[in-house]
Amino acid sequence: MTPDALPARRSRRFAAVAGPTRVVFLALAGVILIGWALVAADGGQFLTLENVVGVQQRSAALGIVAVGQTLAILAGSLDLSVAYLISLTSLVAAETMAGQDSGIVAAIAAVAGVSVLVGLVNGLVITKLRVHAFIATLGVGLIIKGIVDHLYDGPAGRVPETFQHLGYDRIGPVPVSALLWAAVALTAWFLLSRTRYGYRVYAVGGDVEVARLSGVRTDRVVIVTHVLCSLCAGIAGLLLAARLGAGAPTVGTDGGYDLESIAAVVLGGTALAGGRGGVAGTVGGVLLLAVLDSVFNQLEVNSFFKDVVRGVVIVVAVAVYARRTGLLRGRRA
Amino acid sequence: MIGIGKSFLGVRVLGEVDLVAAAGEVHAVVGENGAGKSTLMKILAGVHPPDEGTIEIDGRGVSFGHPLDAQRAGVAIIHQEFNLLPERSVAENVFLGREPVRRGLVDRPAMDAATARLLGELGEDSFGPRDPVRHLSVAQQQVVEIVKALSLDARIVVMDEPTAALAEHEVDLLHRLVRRLQGRGIAVLYISHRLREVFDLADRVTVLKDGRLVTSAATGELTPDGLVRLMVGRDLGSYFPPRATSAGETRLRVTGGGNDRLRDIDLELRAGEILGLAGLQGSGRSALAKALFGAEPFTRGRMTPVRPRTVREGIAAGIGLVTEDRKAEGLALRQSVRDNALLVARASGRGRRDGVRELLERVRLVPPRQDREVRYLSGGNQQKVVLAKWLTVAPRVLLFDEPTRGVDVGAKAAIHDLMRELAGEGAAVMMISSELPELIGMSDRIVVLREGRISGTLPAGPSEEAVMRLAAGEVAA
Amino acid sequence: MRRTLPILAVLAVLLAAIAIANPFFLEPAGFLGFVRRAAPLVILAAGQYFVIVSGEFDLSVGSLVTVEVVVAARLIDGNEGATWPVLLLLVVLGLLVGLANGLVTTLLRVPSFIATLGMMLVLSGAVFLWTGGAPRGALSEGFRMFGRQTGWAVLILAVTALVVVLLTRADFGRTLVATGDNERAAALSGVRVNRVRILAFVLSGASAVVAGILLGGFAGVSAQVGQGLEFQAITAVVLGGVVLGGGRGSVVAAMAGALTLEALFTLLNLYGISGALEFTVQGVIIIAAVAAGAVRLPFAHPRRSKGDAHAAS
Repeated sequence: MTPDALPARRSRRFAAVAGPTRVVFLALAGVILIGWALVAADGGQFLTLENVVGVQQRSAALGIVAVGQTLAILAGSLDLSVAYLISLTSLVAAETMAGQDSGIVAAIAAVAGVSVLVGLVNGLVITKLRVHAFIATLGVGLIIKGIVDHLYDGPAGRVPETFQHLGYDRIGPVPVSALLWAAVALTAWFLLSRTRYGYRVYAVGGDVEVARLSGVRTDRVVIVTHVLCSLCAGIAGLLLAARLGAGAPTVGTDGGYDLESIAAVVLGGTALAGGRGGVAGTVGGVLLLAVLDSVFNQLEVNSFFKDVVRGVVIVVAVAVYARRTGLLRGRRA
Repeated sequence: MIGIGKSFLGVRVLGEVDLVAAAGEVHAVVGENGAGKSTLMKILAGVHPPDEGTIEIDGRGVSFGHPLDAQRAGVAIIHQEFNLLPERSVAENVFLGREPVRRGLVDRPAMDAATARLLGELGEDSFGPRDPVRHLSVAQQQVVEIVKALSLDARIVVMDEPTAALAEHEVDLLHRLVRRLQGRGIAVLYISHRLREVFDLADRVTVLKDGRLVTSAATGELTPDGLVRLMVGRDLGSYFPPRATSAGETRLRVTGGGNDRLRDIDLELRAGEILGLAGLQGSGRSALAKALFGAEPFTRGRMTPVRPRTVREGIAAGIGLVTEDRKAEGLALRQSVRDNALLVARASGRGRRDGVRELLERVRLVPPRQDREVRYLSGGNQQKVVLAKWLTVAPRVLLFDEPTRGVDVGAKAAIHDLMRELAGEGAAVMMISSELPELIGMSDRIVVLREGRISGTLPAGPSEEAVMRLAAGEVAA
Repeated sequence: MRRTLPILAVLAVLLAAIAIANPFFLEPAGFLGFVRRAAPLVILAAGQYFVIVSGEFDLSVGSLVTVEVVVAARLIDGNEGATWPVLLLLVVLGLLVGLANGLVTTLLRVPSFIATLGMMLVLSGAVFLWTGGAPRGALSEGFRMFGRQTGWAVLILAVTALVVVLLTRADFGRTLVATGDNERAAALSGVRVNRVRILAFVLSGASAVVAGILLGGFAGVSAQVGQGLEFQAITAVVLGGVVLGGGRGSVVAAMAGALTLEALFTLLNLYGISGALEFTVQGVIIIAAVAAGAVRLPFAHPRRSKGDAHAAS
């Protein structure tokens, strides 16, 4: 080994650990900075309590779904059924509670049950029937949509006051919903980095054959991942029910939680093909989208312009990541 | 392993082979391509079950239904292509699927420490347990595989051509590693084409030929020349079409050609001639073919009539390449025979689209059906479709990279005849083959590559020993 | 032909079931009415086929359809004379969107799922930014005629079908499928893999233009006109046996898949299953169809065979 190889290795290692996650948080800092400057120039105040709370409130539901989506994508799959599942679980929650505090526990249990069931179906269809995840979860999503639309025309059920605290209360500058998101994200981070299951998610997403030859039960990993992803959607459903005070049949699809969550995950540097990335990047991706929103709101920019910027930001980010990995690959070859 | 035999699709590739490896022994397994080395090793690794014979480890009979069974029994195999996850760290790869846990959680410190300890025992300090595998060189990745084998408490480590992709100084490091494994009482089965390292490293050599055991002897009882004779010695019954009487005009000339895998290439391909290209694995044979074709172009030197920078320029210059790996690089397997045969013509917008049927008859596809998906064809027929693909554009130069690998005897003869026929019609033909008798039987002239350079040129009909010497370097020089 | 047979059989059964429930379906007017309703989805499926068979996705077609209709309404604004210039503009717009998708996917190496998802956001945002949030203006009669008059719609569908079938048989189509099957082998045979993929996205954009023109006439101007069409089109293509990941499937089967989907909707309506449960049935059917395909064709996704390269060494 040559004497100058060590520092070079260190810097590469640093770049690898930080990687896209660092990029997305740098971008987040940049957007906050620029946003602050723009809003200040506009004569407003950007980093107000109201704004900071607003960003967290806005990101919580998407953030929770995106954490689940991160697991699915890391394992080399994806989940297009989450938006419909969110609508369904918001209804299940509100209907079970029916305005009574006594119904809360039962409602949470019911939501968990429904979510686990949907996740199991997704995972089993993908692994045992060998249906492409895109089609499998799209199909399951349609099945849920049909059932929901058939049973409900509009908001239904009622969420008791006690439970609505989840949607609106805050402790200091931190909304309860953001704490819930943080808890979900930390749990997922913990699973991925500290448990065998997490290690296997990366292995299955990285190379199914290598994982199988190393004795990993790949089907089981995919199924568990989809159950967890659906549970995250269920939690988001509970949160949205708490916000609305009722369940709503279109709350999931109106929020575009399926594609937006995938976009946030990819924006956070997780590879769509699986095996590379993590929860931290996703949190950064979700926050980035929310801060962008907030800046535009403050500047009273047309809401449709936000969509345009959002689309461009996502594509540019992924193009940048593709370039970086391309350079690394090139060096290796 | 006693009396091991194996047949694929009724073809017996291995019969009555015995192999005894002692603890702490480096045991080289040598033989030409198709001698059955890889099959034997795959049986030992649990990839294929043997049809006959038994395997015993430490005196106990074992049978493997899955690679994992072999792993648990203490057999680790290090393939040329590694089974590693590039995005994960060294330690995570080493312990993949059996991560140590403490109180239900992965014990990362223990995992890293165990990996670091094994790396230390191997004297490897150029990378650590937390480094991502994608940043490692091929040689370093090989070390990771070895560490993985050690962490499994492997009693037997099989290394398949471990030095094929390594640079010279990395080879020395690997040899030191092998010695260390040996010192730990592990039996190392070492497959290699490089005779020098066989004599440097191995305590014992087993020679296979045509799926049978030729001999198994202590290295000291053999000489390099004797070993070469044992490997290649065969009946001279094989038939090859008659050679060309004279070579025509120069179709392609390279002077001082080079890129990151090749250096100082001076080469001439002539009309009517079959030029054989010999060399060990990793010597740059395929790289040379791809450079001439424009797929991995030369970055230095002159080439006439043109130095193609892309595949399309190569095709436009009348050059065609029959790739080594026909499934990965030659064919669209789920498309029909017809679609594959017409692929080059369609892509380049030149050549003929009619007469596919005649073309398929000409390449002796049996049966010459156009609508079957090529993945259902035999290896020989698939190769004939690849040939047909190039014949549509009537190339002036045709490069064949291992054209008869994995092809049955009948198809092999047909492909040989076709190559000669094409040369007879005025094409310049270059052929790469690891099978020396084939290369010698077919070629009008042989160029030998070693480590990216031309190490010599031989006239028609050299001895196999002469080719081997140029290919392997100093051995027996 | 062999590959088209299963979906054609399913389609025939569904059509027969419709005819039994509603004999009017057997009369030319009834049947052609059905064809007209199905035409936009069939055309979108044909466009999506090219993208999918090359191994990619196009999620932007739904929003592109919306954009086409909304832009047409605003620019024409009831003015007959503007019909043809605007049609030309729509075509250019659609082709440019396809080109952008293709360039981002191939040259910037952004996975097409993300590239076209981004395009979807950009398109829907941009068009409403421009119109101020809600569709404005009105289409001209000359424009609406294409989607409204059965004769025109059927003719456009027939011409489109003919063109796409010819395209798949042409050098372009064959090299495209080969690229989706084995990109490396295609490139080593001289196929310009980036160029054929870009062209596939352009064709998908073109199909959205035609579908948008038909839907504008048929369904009128709304912000929801294209909603969800990208998923319906992908569903239709997959229903026709085209494999996600590329390299396998026929465009006729893809179009038959779209007809089948439309026939299914018609049938469910006839048998009084509410519009909502339609989705549930659709979901079950596509999973079942793809699962059945996967079971029948165990080699549809060939495993990366690591051993091959050195099997004989």
